[in-house]
Amino acid sequence: MSAKLSERAQLLRRIIRSHKRWDAIFGLLGLLAMSLAILTLVALFAQMVIDGAPRLSLDFFTSFPSRRAGQAGILSAWVGSFLVMLVTALFAIPVGIASAVYLEEYARKNWFTDIIEINISNLAGVPSIVYGLLALGLFVYTFGLGQSILSAGLTLGLLILPIVIVTTREALRSIPQVIREGAYACGATKWQVVSDHLLPYGTPGILTGVIIGLSRAIGETAPIITIGALTFIAFLPPVPFQGEPVAGLFDWLFSPFTVMPIQIFNWTSRPNPEFQLNAAAASLVLVVLTLGMNALAIWLRYRLRKNIKW
Amino acid sequence: MASTITLPEPAPRLKAESKDLDFYYGDFKALKGVSMPIYENKVTALIGPSGCGKSTYLRCFNRMHDLYPGHRYDGKIELHPDDVDILDASVDPIEVRMRISMVFQKPNPFPKSIFENVAYGLRVRGEKSTSYIEDKVEAALKGAAIWNEVKDRISEPATNLSGGQQQRLCIARSLATDPEIILFDEPTSALDPIATGSIEELIGEIKSKVTILIVTHNMQQAARVSDYVAYMYLGEMMEYGATNDIFMKPKRQETEDYITGRFG
Repeated sequence: MSAKLSERAQLLRRIIRSHKRWDAIFGLLGLLAMSLAILTLVALFAQMVIDGAPRLSLDFFTSFPSRRAGQAGILSAWVGSFLVMLVTALFAIPVGIASAVYLEEYARKNWFTDIIEINISNLAGVPSIVYGLLALGLFVYTFGLGQSILSAGLTLGLLILPIVIVTTREALRSIPQVIREGAYACGATKWQVVSDHLLPYGTPGILTGVIIGLSRAIGETAPIITIGALTFIAFLPPVPFQGEPVAGLFDWLFSPFTVMPIQIFNWTSRPNPEFQLNAAAASLVLVVLTLGMNALAIWLRYRLRKNIKW
Repeated sequence: MASTITLPEPAPRLKAESKDLDFYYGDFKALKGVSMPIYENKVTALIGPSGCGKSTYLRCFNRMHDLYPGHRYDGKIELHPDDVDILDASVDPIEVRMRISMVFQKPNPFPKSIFENVAYGLRVRGEKSTSYIEDKVEAALKGAAIWNEVKDRISEPATNLSGGQQQRLCIARSLATDPEIILFDEPTSALDPIATGSIEELIGEIKSKVTILIVTHNMQQAARVSDYVAYMYLGEMMEYGATNDIFMKPKRQETEDYITGRFG
């Protein structure tokens, strides 16, 4: 009896051993695939740091671009990026959140909202150059906003609108229906439910979407080039109520500009190898900025979600 | 007030009455001609097997169905003493919900402080006076027998409370605005026996101030807390009467089968 049992056990062990071989083989293949991806990224990042880090100094951030690589800086580029992001955020956040709240809480579900829903998801996948072409026709020429910070901000705003809308809707959808019913049962109107409950409880998710959208927008190059940002710019947009003649409060919106990715693109296309170092340094700044924004999104989500449970 | 049901005691006052109430989810007729009285300061229990329409019926009383597309009411629910038909299209569901509040199956405190949870109904009504709100919140928490447990942590998140405490907090939330009727939709089905006991005790206490309509799956609970019972089946009201009569000498065989556990 025991001999028979052990024979059976031996058979089982053989089968398990042969199955486990495949376990090991797949594990190894997976590790290889992952290392390939990670190592490539690490190598790229390391090369960028090695080339760029020595160029990083206070002067690099406070100097305009120059014909002499050693004196060139990213002042106009980061100020431009910052101002464009400001316009993008001011446009995309309210419009995106309002659209999402409308679609999720107010709109009746019918074929029309179904079409809108499908198209919003699709819009997130439209190549960014298409947004640039749209903006060139619409903002720059039809509305006559020119090749300005305002045009660029609105363009990137349109670009990230689907991201903001989709993440806001997901944030609203993750709020349990019993919370809505509880608020309605207290006699709340739709707007009271939205403003007292849904928006506050959805904030972590909404904020994450907004920051991820902005971190995408800050790296966008194609649409900005399409609407005609300058590649070499050695002045800052007018500061309100300063200068000669005195600038108006909103004059900066209509100023020509450049942004970080365009500055990088400009430098990499120069033959002088010293400019490549500038490009590496500016890329490093941009990458750190993007990673920083994503890290902020993760941290905020973690912090705010701690206070919200159902 | 006229009532078709003969009662053993002197008849209490009528608080609400549904008359030939039909309710549709799209094409599906979920309630078929439900007529029954709701007496003031009494507990009326709705019993019946799952899917019989008792929750659907309950949610007509605060027009909760209005939140979802495809609903249709046919018939009336009259609210007394002003005889208003709360299902009428001219009556705003918000007005109905301000007069008739609700406690849900699963405790659903808002992820806000204990204080803000109870104050919410007052804030929705535009109440600004801090001292008035504080008094009302304290009274409601006392009324829901939870004041002693939470008075020292009134600004802590309500979601830190235990399930039973959360449900009593939800009862305080619905008490705070002095509703005329409170609807309970299986309020203890997510709670342990001890928490269930305290909720049942609480229902017995608050009925001196408010009329109660409760849906329950639990026969013993219906027998313990209610004054009147309605047995529903497949969207119809099969039998209605004083709790003692229904449990001791039901008129219909189906009712007896259900309450004795032979069916359902």
